[in-house]
Amino acid sequence: MFSFKKSALALVAAAGATALLTAAPVQAQTIKAVMHSDVKILDPIWTTAYIQRNHGYMVWDTLFAMDEKFDVKPQMVDKWEVSADKLVWTFTLRDGLEWHDGKPVTAEDCVASIKRWAARDSMGQKMMTSAEGFEVVDAKTFKLKMKEPYGLVLQSLGKPSSNVPFMMPKKTAETDPMQQIKIEDVIGSGPFIFKADEWKPGEKIVYVKNAKYKPRAEPPSGLAGGKVVKVDRVEWLWIPDVQTQVGALQNGEIDMIESPGHDLLPILAKDKNINLFNGNPTGNQYTFRFNSTAKPFDNAKIRHAVFVAFAQEDFLKATIGDPQWFKVCKAPFVCGTPLATDAGMADVLNGNAAKAKQLLTEAGYDGTPIVLMQSTDLQVLTNLAPVAKQQMERAGFKVDMQSMDWQTLVGRRVKKDPPSQGGWHAFLTSWVAADILNPVMAGFFNSSCDKAMFGWPCDATIEKFRDQFAKETDPAKQKQIVEDLQKYWANNPTHINVGQWYSPIARRNNIEGNMIAPAPVFWNITKK
Amino acid sequence: MLDFIARRLIAIIPVLAVVAVFVFLMLRLTPGDPAAVIAGDNATSDQIADIREKLGLNEPIWTQFAIWIGDIVQGKFGESYFFKKTVAELIAQRVEPTLALALCTLIFAVCVSVPIGVLAAYRQGTLFDRIVMGFSVLGFSVPGFVIGYCLIYVFAIELGWLPVQGYVRIGVNFWQFAERMVLPSLTLSVGFVALISRITRASVLEVLNEDYIRTARAKGLSNRVVLMRHALRNAAVPILTIIGLGIAILIGGAVVTESVFGLPGLGRLTVEAVLSRDFPTIQTVILLFSVVYVVINLLIDISYTLFDPRIRY
Repeated sequence: MFSFKKSALALVAAAGATALLTAAPVQAQTIKAVMHSDVKILDPIWTTAYIQRNHGYMVWDTLFAMDEKFDVKPQMVDKWEVSADKLVWTFTLRDGLEWHDGKPVTAEDCVASIKRWAARDSMGQKMMTSAEGFEVVDAKTFKLKMKEPYGLVLQSLGKPSSNVPFMMPKKTAETDPMQQIKIEDVIGSGPFIFKADEWKPGEKIVYVKNAKYKPRAEPPSGLAGGKVVKVDRVEWLWIPDVQTQVGALQNGEIDMIESPGHDLLPILAKDKNINLFNGNPTGNQYTFRFNSTAKPFDNAKIRHAVFVAFAQEDFLKATIGDPQWFKVCKAPFVCGTPLATDAGMADVLNGNAAKAKQLLTEAGYDGTPIVLMQSTDLQVLTNLAPVAKQQMERAGFKVDMQSMDWQTLVGRRVKKDPPSQGGWHAFLTSWVAADILNPVMAGFFNSSCDKAMFGWPCDATIEKFRDQFAKETDPAKQKQIVEDLQKYWANNPTHINVGQWYSPIARRNNIEGNMIAPAPVFWNITKK
Repeated sequence: MLDFIARRLIAIIPVLAVVAVFVFLMLRLTPGDPAAVIAGDNATSDQIADIREKLGLNEPIWTQFAIWIGDIVQGKFGESYFFKKTVAELIAQRVEPTLALALCTLIFAVCVSVPIGVLAAYRQGTLFDRIVMGFSVLGFSVPGFVIGYCLIYVFAIELGWLPVQGYVRIGVNFWQFAERMVLPSLTLSVGFVALISRITRASVLEVLNEDYIRTARAKGLSNRVVLMRHALRNAAVPILTIIGLGIAILIGGAVVTESVFGLPGLGRLTVEAVLSRDFPTIQTVILLFSVVYVVINLLIDISYTLFDPRIRY
């Protein structure tokens, strides 16, 4: 029997269901993240700043990439081979690689990209001193011809941190390496597409999923493997105030904070909607840098005395606090990596003030005040200098600690003036572990005098070890070279590693997936 | 009147010239190297030197100044060292949040502080007067960022009524714009309310003892009419003066408030430019703030004539 009431209800239900099915918009999955800095520069080759490196990983892809075990694996490359004499490397690209504008990725693009990267990057420069040149074989294949065997070709092309050899279209890669690429040239072949029209410096930068990206079939591991994008859009919002970042995360306005301050971690740990995730298990390393050209640090024995006087735990407790987020580690190439070793380090970093005092007397230290620069505006660095001052004074140094903001320190550390006239003796900074995995990669080991990084150490022996390491193709022999280098370096330090530390990512519980890599990556993560 | 305005506008030129020289020299003489900042931590000395050369920072300081002033006269404000955008574009992008914050703060502060200042004067010595004066001292004493954090904790995190941070342009969604303006405007207006209410109270108190107020009362006018038409109008000149001077507080406060609430305005642009030693941006923004300050105070001077017919220019 016909029931008007039932029919009306059925009609309403059907209409409602139809409305739900048709009218409800499909919610785009958007991850809103606050990174450690704002993206002001779009060219990751022009600067070595980490935020540009992170931006680079969104937009561009690399020929090779480092996995979680520090092995270099092919990424854009399908296959590669090296000749028996180790002088000719042949690389063939994967099928179907496309730039975001739909044009195919070619071998010519890659050659131009490597050349521009090598003009800016110290590891690239080192590789090119042993290189004879490139030869483009066909659209997908090119050769790198070496003058002599070189052990770091793959490690260079798969360099995980700044500067990363990102592949760019030939037209972009032919930009003068000393000039930034244009905004319209931010076109890569990576897993995300940069939205130029939505980029508002100081506010946000937006990336959308590259639907045409062809991930590798291998499971993701570190920066290698399949970069499967599982969200539609990623927004990096810039909130300068750390307290506000935390409030926004607690309130669900953002999904993650890349680098929350260590003093705020207890607040975040208590929030049941938030988890702390250490995405970079090798972490970072604090470093004390000498100006090796300024008296008395031009004397290796006096630099060694500082090494003997220092004890890492004091630095780490003063800056990080919670032992969960730091590690006492004497290995300069970072604990937990293939080249980590304590060789040569037995007598240093033990906080032995008496021995340091004796060394100072033997070296004839004349009481020259050490100008120690302290940066006061970066929380992870601020407390390092007072600890260094205290440990050095206990050993008999006179220390003139000068406080300034980080950018003033950055401007001053490139000056070679005498310390009493605006120069400096020492300062403390931090390195991402991925930047210091071997003596060629680690910039502070570069001891090529004026061509070295600020501090300008001039040491032919260290340079000889670095060259040997670069040209050695046997990993076991490379490790032996590192041990020999360390034994020498402990007595002739260019810098001092004062501890390893970790910075967890704070994210809401609805963000899930693999993010273990030396740089924060946004592939293989989902938002529920 | 037109002569006065013309004279004042011409007087802006030497003011801006002094500001330009001062800002330019201050930036060049204080420590910090934009090239080193741009190059990043892993850069070598050669890379930094190359960047410095490209930016023209190796030129003699007076040559750099002449180039900059020449460009300014032609209406060119230069290109940011960092953003690869012209400074004019950057300012255009950032002006809306600051303007919105300043206007909301000004409107809220004036609407609240003038009535409570008048009432406090009218009820001098009462509990209400003491509360207003107590609030005024508190408003001066508590830093803006502390007030901001407290408001965020209560209204955003605990009660969940308002967002913690961010800005939505007014043309995109008015309600989202409005809800994101509430806490920053409240934060910034606390100091401003304290200042204006105190001055309003003092000015009205002075006027309330004048003979013409006694006459008005003797005529049988209501308290409201006496206060609003006779007392407040005659007390308006010092109040307007303090509002004009308060624009400087507003600009200074915007720097902090925009940082706390994540508003992408000119205040934050200034801080970011200073921290990264982005000389062209700092110079232009400070010049702009100077122009705004001088022009607003000119408008305030002109407005005196509306309240006090004895003032003639």
